[in-house]
Amino acid sequence: MQLLSSTLSLTRYRVEGKLAEPVMDTVREGLKNQVIRDIDNDPAAKSIGWTESGRPFAPDFEKAQFMFGTYMVFSLRIDKKSVPAKIVNKHLSMAVARRLAETEQKQLSKTEKRQIKDEVTNRLYTRVPASPNVYDLVWDYEAGALWFFSNLKEANEEIETLFAKSFRLSLIRMFPYTEADLACGLSDKQRDAVKQAGPAAFITGGAHA
Amino acid sequence: MLDISVAYNRYKFLGHEFLTWLWYMIDTNPGELKKADSEMESLTIGNRIVLENHRHNRDETITIRGDGAGLEEGVIALTKGAKVTEMHLIFRSADLEWRFSIKGESLSLSSLKTPQTAKLESGEDVEGAVLEKIYLTERVANLVHNLYAQFINERVSSDWEKKTIYRIGSWVRGESGGID
Repeated sequence: MQLLSSTLSLTRYRVEGKLAEPVMDTVREGLKNQVIRDIDNDPAAKSIGWTESGRPFAPDFEKAQFMFGTYMVFSLRIDKKSVPAKIVNKHLSMAVARRLAETEQKQLSKTEKRQIKDEVTNRLYTRVPASPNVYDLVWDYEAGALWFFSNLKEANEEIETLFAKSFRLSLIRMFPYTEADLACGLSDKQRDAVKQAGPAAFITGGAHA
Repeated sequence: MLDISVAYNRYKFLGHEFLTWLWYMIDTNPGELKKADSEMESLTIGNRIVLENHRHNRDETITIRGDGAGLEEGVIALTKGAKVTEMHLIFRSADLEWRFSIKGESLSLSSLKTPQTAKLESGEDVEGAVLEKIYLTERVANLVHNLYAQFINERVSSDWEKKTIYRIGSWVRGESGGID
């Protein structure tokens, strides 16, 4: 479980909106609908979905226990395949040469080349196993707070998209502006002051021109 | 609310000012920071601090790293108008210690080392270990939130323009002492 590892990265989110009751069933349904799809022996290059934190490579949300006290704990898994461009080019050249020999043509049309490239990449991606990345999250539903254990841009973008798709709730990343605007208990006047603020100059005093 | 990506870029400076203010507070008024965690024993700068200076069309990054590294170069950068963009912190409470880095522009945490949780002897221990880790993570997440709330409340108060900016300026120039 990533959460139990000795070193962590953390991005904090606020969850906007409420789920249909009973909440646990709604969450379980959302997880089941967007569970990670295994893409080994499949031509897909990438797969994104939910998985169990404790069993990231054999998720079963029908039975999974993802409640810990009042917190929900589960994971985002991103499986990706990569084939070096040199290998793709080698197989593409071989396939093009074969097709030219078979059809006795001097050159192929753009459409034929595109088709051969798709066939080659599909064949290669089917043979390459996907490399998995698992990122845990902790969701405090009542507090509307979620911690995601990664700061990677791609992982954060994927969780924001998948979360909205699975639960029809918005995840708002907490960074200086959103934290001030939504989470610091400021009055409307203070929030306006944040909006109007410009960088301060500590050395000369006052604000930068 | 503003578009999220616009707001992220436009208000990065608040995160940089927050970390610069935090250094100032750690150095001059650490007791005030206990408002962020009543059981705080200490909050100190750890083994890494990054400053950036974008004034006068300069694009300068100063990184100070290493256990026991002096912060003099950082202070010089501050006198030239740089602000802190990343900071490694050590938070102690009772016998417990947290170490983490915070990035100003995103307020995200990295290299977070919480106090150790009990070793797992069996599968039944997992729930306890997870809840303990959540509690330990929550302590540091709340700490960062409360420190930022303390900063932003001061940032939008009339004291900021009238007093705080000048006090931070004096501290940077070494007029109020406290920087080693």
